[in-house]
Amino acid sequence: MIGLVLVGHSSEVVSGVRAMVRQAAPRVPVEGAGGLSGGRLGTSGIDVASALRRALDAAGGDSLIVLLDLGSAGLAIDIALDELGDNDRARVRVSEAPFVEGAVLAGVAIAGGASIDGVVAAAEAAARTPKLPRDGG
Amino acid sequence: MADPASREDAGTPATANAGRPEREARAAGIARAWLLGWAAVVHEARGRLTDLDAAIGDGDHGINLDRGLTAVAAELSRGHNDNTDERAAALDRPADAAAILGAAGRRIMGTVGGASGALYGRAFVRAGAAVELDGDPDRLPEAALAAAIQSISDLGHAVPGDKTMLDALVPALEALHAGLPGEPIAARVRRAADAAQEGALATVPLLARKGRASYLGERSIGHLDPGAVSSAMLIRCLAEAVERT
Repeated sequence: MIGLVLVGHSSEVVSGVRAMVRQAAPRVPVEGAGGLSGGRLGTSGIDVASALRRALDAAGGDSLIVLLDLGSAGLAIDIALDELGDNDRARVRVSEAPFVEGAVLAGVAIAGGASIDGVVAAAEAAARTPKLPRDGG
Repeated sequence: MADPASREDAGTPATANAGRPEREARAAGIARAWLLGWAAVVHEARGRLTDLDAAIGDGDHGINLDRGLTAVAAELSRGHNDNTDERAAALDRPADAAAILGAAGRRIMGTVGGASGALYGRAFVRAGAAVELDGDPDRLPEAALAAAIQSISDLGHAVPGDKTMLDALVPALEALHAGLPGEPIAARVRRAADAAQEGALATVPLLARKGRASYLGERSIGHLDPGAVSSAMLIRCLAEAVERT
């Protein structure tokens, strides 16, 4: 099954988003790298690399979608991708999708059996999905 | 310390010759002194670095870098043996320069956070790998700095003039390359440190194009770049390490 990896600055945010994905899609494997040791905010390429390896193992040959929050999370992901072999790296898709909404939509798409392209498209559609209730919506 | 006779074959690949252990020990000594020196200087300047960062970034550069380098320095100097944390495993042994730089880079990545942790951390990891290929202490500054610059440019997609660490580091490498024939390495690295300092000061009129400072646009003009300042400190400490080791 396709796996989801969450990379953020705060361990609380990452575990909170993971809980939201689990509620919507309980069987989807979700790994996270959030915050630094001692409860500090930040991202670490080393922690991201471990999360990617765990997720690749859990995905059993399938792909991963990686979502990130902001700033240095993208640098940490680049560092982590660098540490993977070419075959593993080719299985990882990093998405610009919104962190919270994208994760939930990706989880649902994975649970529904979408391809990795479909999962990425579902997650990125979150950026264009209205959140406020509208008349006739 | 390597004696003058053992320096003569410094240009040959590391082979089982008499000078090799001395050269390796000297390279390791330079790496340790470099990191310890930078940790001390950043600790002293943490308030100033943070103030610089507060002006154009998120105000945590000094504090974050100090935290990570304090961890590196503590492991380097007290040789504590924390086997639960493999990231620091090489720092507690009188290891070679490559292992010291690589382990410090991993520790920086894991403790500093933010873009500076990723950029400096991987720069040291790459510097360690470069130094491993060439154990000559006299070539350590150039090998380490070239690898660090490559790593920072690749990861940050920055070029000189973007108001980043590279504005200090690239002039330093150019100064190292521009060594006169027969010029001692200590003198060359000292010129590199001067070039890094000038480069850092020259970031004041620049418009930031990378990182948090770039969100400020024109308002980033008129401030020193904190990353360039900490990078200039890095090269100054390298010069002192080479001179004293």
